[in-house]
Amino acid sequence: MIDLILTQTLNGLASASSLFLVASGLSIIFGVTRIVNFAHGSLYMLGAYLAWTLVSSFGAAEPLGFWGGVLLAALLVGLLGVVIEVLVLRRIYQAPELFQLLATFGVVLMLQDLTLATWGPEDKLGPRAPGLKSFVILFDNRFPTYELFLIAVGPLVLLILWLLFQKTRWGTLVRAATQDREMVGALGVNQRLLFTSVFAFGSMLAGLGGALQLPREAVNLHMDLSMISEVFVVVVVGGLGSVTGAYLAAVLIGILHAFGILIFPKITLVLVFLVMAVVLVVKPYGLMGKAPIGGARGHGPAEPLLLPADKLTKLAGLIALLLLVLAPLVAPDHILLTLTELVIFALFAASLHFMMGPGGMASFGHAAYFGLGAYGAALAVKWLGASMEPALIFAPFLAGIAGVVFGWFCVRLSGVYLAMLTLAFAQIAWATAFQWVELTGGDNGILGVWPSAWAVSKTGFYYLTLGVCVFSILALRLTIFSPLGYALRAGRDNPLRAEAIGLDVMRIQWVAFAVAAFAAGIAGALFAFFKGSVFPTYMAIPRSVDALLMVLLGGVQTVAGPVIGAFAYAGLSEQLMKATMYWRFGLGLSIVLLVILFPRGLVGASLLLRERWTRQPEPAARLAAEGGR
Amino acid sequence: MNAVPQLQAAVPAAAQDPVLVVRDLQKSFGGVRAVDGVSFSVQAGTMLALIGPNGAGKTTCFNMLNGQLRPDGGEVLLAGRPITGMKPRVVWRMGVGRTFQITATFTSMTVRENVQMALISHAGGIWSPFGRARDRHVEAADALLAQVGMLEQAERACGVLAYGDLKRVELAVALANQPRLLLMDEPTAGMAPRERIELMALTADIAAAKGIAVLFTEHDMDVVFTHSDSVIVLDRGRLIAHGTAEEVRRDPNVRAVYLGSGATSGGH
Amino acid sequence: MTIDRRSLLAGASAGAALIAAPALVRAQGAGPIKVGEINSYTAQPAFLKPYRQGWELALEQINAAGGALGRKIETIFRDDGGKPEDAVRHAGDLINAEKVDLLSGGFLSNVGLAIADFAAQNKRLYVASEPLSDAVVWAKGNRYTFRLRPSTYMQAAMLVEEAAKLPAKKWALVAPNYEYGQSGVKWFKELLKKAKPDVEFVAEQFPALGRIDAGATVQALEASKPDAIFNVTFGADLSNFVRQGNTRGLFEGRAVVSMLTGEPEYLDPLGAEAPVGWIVTGYPHADIQTPEHVKFRDAYKAKFNDYPRLGSVVGFDTMNSIAAGLAKAGSTDNEKLVDAMKGLKFPSAFGQAEYRAIDHQSTLGAFVGKTAVKDGKGVMVDWRYADGAKYLPSDAEVKTLRPAG
Repeated sequence: MIDLILTQTLNGLASASSLFLVASGLSIIFGVTRIVNFAHGSLYMLGAYLAWTLVSSFGAAEPLGFWGGVLLAALLVGLLGVVIEVLVLRRIYQAPELFQLLATFGVVLMLQDLTLATWGPEDKLGPRAPGLKSFVILFDNRFPTYELFLIAVGPLVLLILWLLFQKTRWGTLVRAATQDREMVGALGVNQRLLFTSVFAFGSMLAGLGGALQLPREAVNLHMDLSMISEVFVVVVVGGLGSVTGAYLAAVLIGILHAFGILIFPKITLVLVFLVMAVVLVVKPYGLMGKAPIGGARGHGPAEPLLLPADKLTKLAGLIALLLLVLAPLVAPDHILLTLTELVIFALFAASLHFMMGPGGMASFGHAAYFGLGAYGAALAVKWLGASMEPALIFAPFLAGIAGVVFGWFCVRLSGVYLAMLTLAFAQIAWATAFQWVELTGGDNGILGVWPSAWAVSKTGFYYLTLGVCVFSILALRLTIFSPLGYALRAGRDNPLRAEAIGLDVMRIQWVAFAVAAFAAGIAGALFAFFKGSVFPTYMAIPRSVDALLMVLLGGVQTVAGPVIGAFAYAGLSEQLMKATMYWRFGLGLSIVLLVILFPRGLVGASLLLRERWTRQPEPAARLAAEGGR
Repeated sequence: MNAVPQLQAAVPAAAQDPVLVVRDLQKSFGGVRAVDGVSFSVQAGTMLALIGPNGAGKTTCFNMLNGQLRPDGGEVLLAGRPITGMKPRVVWRMGVGRTFQITATFTSMTVRENVQMALISHAGGIWSPFGRARDRHVEAADALLAQVGMLEQAERACGVLAYGDLKRVELAVALANQPRLLLMDEPTAGMAPRERIELMALTADIAAAKGIAVLFTEHDMDVVFTHSDSVIVLDRGRLIAHGTAEEVRRDPNVRAVYLGSGATSGGH
Repeated sequence: MTIDRRSLLAGASAGAALIAAPALVRAQGAGPIKVGEINSYTAQPAFLKPYRQGWELALEQINAAGGALGRKIETIFRDDGGKPEDAVRHAGDLINAEKVDLLSGGFLSNVGLAIADFAAQNKRLYVASEPLSDAVVWAKGNRYTFRLRPSTYMQAAMLVEEAAKLPAKKWALVAPNYEYGQSGVKWFKELLKKAKPDVEFVAEQFPALGRIDAGATVQALEASKPDAIFNVTFGADLSNFVRQGNTRGLFEGRAVVSMLTGEPEYLDPLGAEAPVGWIVTGYPHADIQTPEHVKFRDAYKAKFNDYPRLGSVVGFDTMNSIAAGLAKAGSTDNEKLVDAMKGLKFPSAFGQAEYRAIDHQSTLGAFVGKTAVKDGKGVMVDWRYADGAKYLPSDAEVKTLRPAG
C-alpha cells in the first residue's frame, strides 16, 4: 500500500510539472497584461505538434536532435505569441475587461483548423527521449525515467523563473507590473515592449510544456481545450500572477488526480473543480494570490451613461419585433427554426448581460443555469410525467435555486476570481448531469422532451418562444432601469460609495445573480422542448463561452447589445457551419476582426457612430482617476 | 480620558449633547498600534478637523468611525447610540454621510442620478424592480444639487466631471440622507486653492444651517485654520493635542511633530 | 422472386402516384435524391475523414451505375461539432430547407440518439452509421432509425467469447468515463460472468475521455494485480495508456482484451509501440482478401491514394445500404423506405449484411484477432470475421430490450 502511495505521489508530481509549465506562462501573462488567454492551451498544443515535426526531422535518436527540436518548438511558439500579441491583442488593451478573452477565443478556433489542416486528423505518438526511454525500479514498481526527469523540470523552471524575476531588470518590471499596472506606465517603461515580451515568454513556456509532452502523450487535436480548463484551475487556485502559487496548485492538482482515481475513479471529472471551488471560497485570491491593487475593476474606460431608448431606437426595436412577429407568415419552416433558436439565445445572452453588464459580474459558467433549466424541464417530463406547460414553469426555478446557492458564494468574489468560481460551479453541475446516469441518463441525455400538441408546429413553438423570450427580455430591461438595476450598477461602479449610501452591494449582486440564473433557466427550458432532448453539452464550457461571446460581441455596456450579439454570433456560426467544414477558422477570424474593429461591441460601436454624427463629443474633461493622487 | 471634557469646554455650544462621541478607540495592525486610545467628540453644527502627519492614524481612525474597519477596542456613539463596528451601510442609515479622499461617485451615472441613488436608498426604495430610477426624487435631488452649485451640470456624467465638481457632487450625495454627522476624508485633496476655500465655506454654511456635525481630516493647514471650530491632532496613533485652531497652533507638541515632518500645506 | 415482387410493387406504387399526383412525381423525378449526412467531422476527424472518403467512393460508384430509382444521389454534409443540439438543428434544417429524403450519420452516441429521437418525432428515416450505443436500437429504438455498425454489446460479446477461453480469473477494467465506456464494461462483465461464473473483477478505472492520467491509471491497475485486463479506451487515451503500460510493465504476463484497438484509426498511431498479443476487435485492412473487400480496397486506394480505415468501410457501407434500401422501396416515400429497410439485405465491404427487422440493427460484423507488430507497424494476426448476426441476444431478449417493438 505504501508503495502505491509513494508511486502515485511521483505520478502526481510528474503531471504537475507539465501543468506548471503551461500554467506559469498563463499566470505571468495575466499578471502583467490582465489578459485571460484562452489560446494558451492552443499554444501548448502547437508546441507539441511543432516538436513532433522538428524532432522527427532532426532525428529523434540523437540527443541533439531531440532536445534541439523541443527547444526550437518552444521558441517558435514564443514567436507565434509575438505575432498574436502584435497583430491582435495590442490593438485592444483599451477595450473593456474580458474583451481580450473574446479575441483569444477567436485565435483558439483559428488554430484548431490550422493545426488540423497542417498535421492532419491522426494522433501523433512522438518518439521517446534519448537516454530517458527506460525505467528505474522505485518502491517495487517500474517508474519511467522520463517521468523522473519531468518531476525535476518543474522545480527547475520555477527556480529559473525566480532568478529571472529577482535578478534581471525585465523580471523586476514584470513583478512591478503584476503588482500595480498603473505604476509601470508611470515609470516610463516601454509598456508595449514589456507586454509583447511577456506574452512571448508566456507563450514559450506553454510551447515548452507541449513539446515536453512528446515522449509522454500522443499529440492530438483535443490537447488544447483539455489543457486550458485544467490550467485555468491551476492558475486560479495558485493565485493569478503568482508563479510559486501556480507550482503549488499544479502539485495539488497533480496529486489529487493521482489519488483521486484510486479513491473516486468515477468522479475525476469534477474533483479538480470541487477543489477550486473550495479554495476560492476559503481563500478568494487563491493560495498565493493577493488582492489586486486599485480595485478589481479593469483598465477599461468608465462605463457610459445608461440612457433610455430615444424615439428612433424605440422605433427600430418595434419594427424588429414586428418583423419577428410577422415572420411566420412569409418565412419558410427552416428560417423559423433558426429564428426560434436565435430568440432563445437572445434571452440566454440577455440573462448573462444582466449580471455582467449592470452587475459587473462576468460569468464563465452561465451555461450551468441554461442547462439546469433544460434539465429541469426534461426531468419534470421524464420523472413527474409533466406536460410542457408545468415543466416550463418548474424549470426556471431549478436554475434560479441553483443561482441562489452558487451565487451566494460567487458574489463574495469579484473580477476573474468570480468568473472562475462560476466556471467551477458550472463544471460541477455539468459533471453531475454527466455522471448521475440514473437520474439524467448521463451523456446520452434525456430524450422525448417534446412540446404539447398546440405548440408542436413550428409556428406554434416559435410564437411560444417569441412571447416568453420577449417578455423576459423586456422584464430584464425594465429592471435595469429600475432602482434595483441602478443599485446594481452603483455597486459595480463604486462599491465603496454604494455601501456609503446604504446599499448592501453583495445582497444586490446576489439577487441579480439569481435573476440571471432564473432567466437563463427559462431559455434553457425552451431550448429543451425545442430540441426535444437534453444533454450535458447544454451546460458544458463551450456553451458558456458562446454566451460570453454573444454579450461581448454585442457590447456589454448596452442593453440591446446582448440581443444583437446573440443574433450576430449564433447566426454567423450557424451559417458558417452550414457553409464550410472549416467553419471554425472562419468563425475565429470573424471574431478577431470584429473585436479589433468594434472594441465596444456592435451596439456600442453603432451608438458611438451615431453620437459622433449628431453632436459634438463631450470635451475630454479630466477623469476622476487622473485628478486623484 | 481627560481629553474629552477639555475639548467640550472649548466648544461654544457646550450645552448640547455631542453628536459623535469617541471613547478610547484602539486598532493594531500586526502588532503596530495604528490608533491607540483616541477619544473625542463633535457637537452639532460645528466642524472638527482631524490632523496629523502621514502615518499618524488619521485614516485608520476615520475608517473605524464610518464602519470600514472594526476597532479592537473602544466605543463610538452617534447621538448616544453605539455604532461601534457596524457596517458602513448601517452607519449611514443611522445618519452619517461621508465623502472620500479619492472621490467616489457612480461614474456611469449623471450627477443627478448619483444624488437620486442616495435619495432612493434613504427612502428604502432600492429593491424595487419597477419604474424608472431616474424619475424618482427629481426635485429633492435638484434641491441638493442647487445647494452645492451643481444644478446646471445635473445631466452630465460623473465620469467626465472636473475634480472639484466631483467633490461637490459627493457633498450633495452625502447630504441626501439628512445626516447628523458628516465625515469628510481629505475633502480638498487635489483641488486648486480657491476651490478649497469655496468648498469648505460651503460645507461650513450647510453644517451651521442644518446643525450637522462635521469631522474632517485635512493636510492643508490654511483650510484647517480657516474652517474648523476645533482641531484634534494625532501622532503615531495617539491624540496629542486638541483645542481651537489657535490653541493647537501654539501647542509645543504639535509644533515638534510638524517641524519634524515639515508638512504644512498642500496635498501629497 | 423478391426482385420480381419488388419491382412489381415499385411499378404499382409509381403508377398509383402518377395518377394521384402527377405534379409530385415530376418534382420528385426531376432532381437527385438527397441524403442529409450529419457527423462530427471537425470534432472527430481521425475517424470521419476516412468515413467521408468511403462514403464518397460508394456514392461515386452508385451514381456511375445510374444512381437509385434512375436518379442521382446527392449528399449534403453537415458538421455537428460534437454537439447533439447542433446535430438536431442540422436535422431540422436538412429536412425543411434542403428537403432531404433521409438522414444519416452520427459518430457520438448522444448525437446518434438525438437525431434518432428527432427522426421519430418527424417521421423520417435515419440511418445511424456509427454511434455504438445500444440504446440507439434497443432502449430508445424507434421505427425510423436503423444502425449499421456492430454495437457496444456486439463488440463486447465478440471479445467475451475469446476472453472466456483464457485461464484468467481476476480482471481489471479500464474504460473512458462516458456511456460507451460504461456500457462496454457493463456488458463485458455481465457476459463474461455468464460464460465463466468464477471470474472476479478486481479493479475498475474510468479516466475522463481524452484526459487519461495514464501513469496513475496504470499504477492503479497494477496495484490490483489482475490476471487480465479489459480495455475500452481508444484514441489518444489508448496511446498514452499503452506507452505508460509498456514502460511500467503492466502488460507483461497478462492477457489484455481490448475493444476497437485493432482498428487502423487507433492501432496505426501507435506505430512500433503497438501492443503485442492483445485480443481485439478491429479491421485488418491489408489482409482481407474476400472479393468484395479487395474490390473496395483497390477502388479506395485508386481514388484516395491511401489505404482504407474502418471509418472508410462504415461510410462506404452506409451509403451502399441506403442505395439498396431505395432500390428495394422503389420510391423515396419515407414510410415505404422505412418498410424497405426492415430486413434489407445489402452489400458491404465485408460481405452481405442485413438490417434486422426485429431491432433495426445491421448484422455487419467485426474482425476479432490478436495484435502484433510487423515492419514497425501494428497489425492484426490470427483474425477471423465475427458475423454480427451471431453476437446478438435472442429475439425474446431483444423484444424486452426494445420497448418500441
